[in-house]
Amino acid sequence: MTEVKRLCAALLLAGSLAGCATSGGNPADPLERVNRAVFAFNDAADKVVLTPVAKGYRAVLPGFLRTGVSNFFSNLEDVWVSVNDVLQGKFQEGLEDATRVLFNSTFGIAGLFDFASDVGLPKRNEDFGQTLGWWGVTSGPYLVLPFFGPSSFRDGFGFFVDGKADPVYRVVDDVPLRNSIYATRAISNRANLLDASSVLEQAALDRYAFVRDAWLQRRRNLVYDGNPPREKDDADDEPTK
Amino acid sequence: MKTTLCLCFALLAPVAQAQTVAPDVLVKTITDEVAAAIKKDKDIQAGDTGKAAELIEVKIVPHFNFTRMARIAMARNWRSATPEQQKQLASEFKTLLVRTYSTALVNYREQRIDYKPLRAKSDDTEVTVKSEVKQSGSSQPVSIDYEMEKTDNGWKVYDVKVGGVSLVTTYRDTFASEVRERGIDGLIKSLAAKNRETDRPRAGKS
Repeated sequence: MTEVKRLCAALLLAGSLAGCATSGGNPADPLERVNRAVFAFNDAADKVVLTPVAKGYRAVLPGFLRTGVSNFFSNLEDVWVSVNDVLQGKFQEGLEDATRVLFNSTFGIAGLFDFASDVGLPKRNEDFGQTLGWWGVTSGPYLVLPFFGPSSFRDGFGFFVDGKADPVYRVVDDVPLRNSIYATRAISNRANLLDASSVLEQAALDRYAFVRDAWLQRRRNLVYDGNPPREKDDADDEPTK
Repeated sequence: MKTTLCLCFALLAPVAQAQTVAPDVLVKTITDEVAAAIKKDKDIQAGDTGKAAELIEVKIVPHFNFTRMARIAMARNWRSATPEQQKQLASEFKTLLVRTYSTALVNYREQRIDYKPLRAKSDDTEVTVKSEVKQSGSSQPVSIDYEMEKTDNGWKVYDVKVGGVSLVTTYRDTFASEVRERGIDGLIKSLAAKNRETDRPRAGKS
């Protein structure tokens, strides 16, 4: 419970900072000034620590092993994915994702192989933030979390709950061991994104705004499971003729 | 005379229609051609973005409507741009997107792409071609959707959405704040500078 209090305090602090931060113009991002600072910090940490480590990881480990590590964590994650399916009333999906865990933990040798995808049970993306979104909770102000990156008030809270529900957190009591598992997962995730970051570097005029706007679209897309309703601000887009 | 003319049109119409390649077929054909070209090209595989850009110019650019893409990204500022500015915007935006795409292409390794059945009526002039790419290293497929419009020169892509993120509307806020702070010419200058900055491509090595 103390953690909940601490989180509330952090959110309140962020809220009061919003009062003094001037907005850059995007109504979804009233905390832009603070967010930009955290973004710059994350960026520096990523450049100095995570990216080099992830590059090393990719250079040292052969592809099939990296896929195995990635699959292993993905399988653990699927436990919570299936719970979130159910929390969103998607019982069929919940059953399928639980079956994924069952198959991959057994035939897939503790999750090292994504056997379920090959038999027609593709991986889904769900988390508690999406569950809240599904129940109609709006995203709230955009928020860049230190170390963890793009989020929002809703998804930040979701992320906190996800962390509590994480099998690694629940099962592994030994703190140093748990932390090394977290670190391995972070490196594995970052290694999967190395190519994407070079594309981002090339694409963006303003990386902060580009990441923010892409992330907001991505979350909206995920909440609607890939079929978001069209936004009505497309008035400026009539077909050329 | 009139009836003969009508008859001629009636006979010609199906021919003209047959020449328009269906949008999903078009996307698939181009993707296959580009994938095959990369597979043959050792330079692109080694990270030569300049060569990847050439491939994109030849194979992909003709099937995109960059003017419409720039207009969507500019939103309401498009109307306050002069025709000359609009031309420059479309051209700089095109260069930026081609470069971005070429960075992605050099990372391309054989990936399985599934196309979803096209849901469209035969008289639709706007369709979405949906596909899914299976990435290596991650079990989750990524959706790639092509928003396309029918023109006299066949179907043209005017937006690409990767995992639900639009390649075009993601630029809206950046463009809007550039215009707010430095005007439309300022935005054009920024785009040109960005494109020049990557003119010294990390070609040849990666």
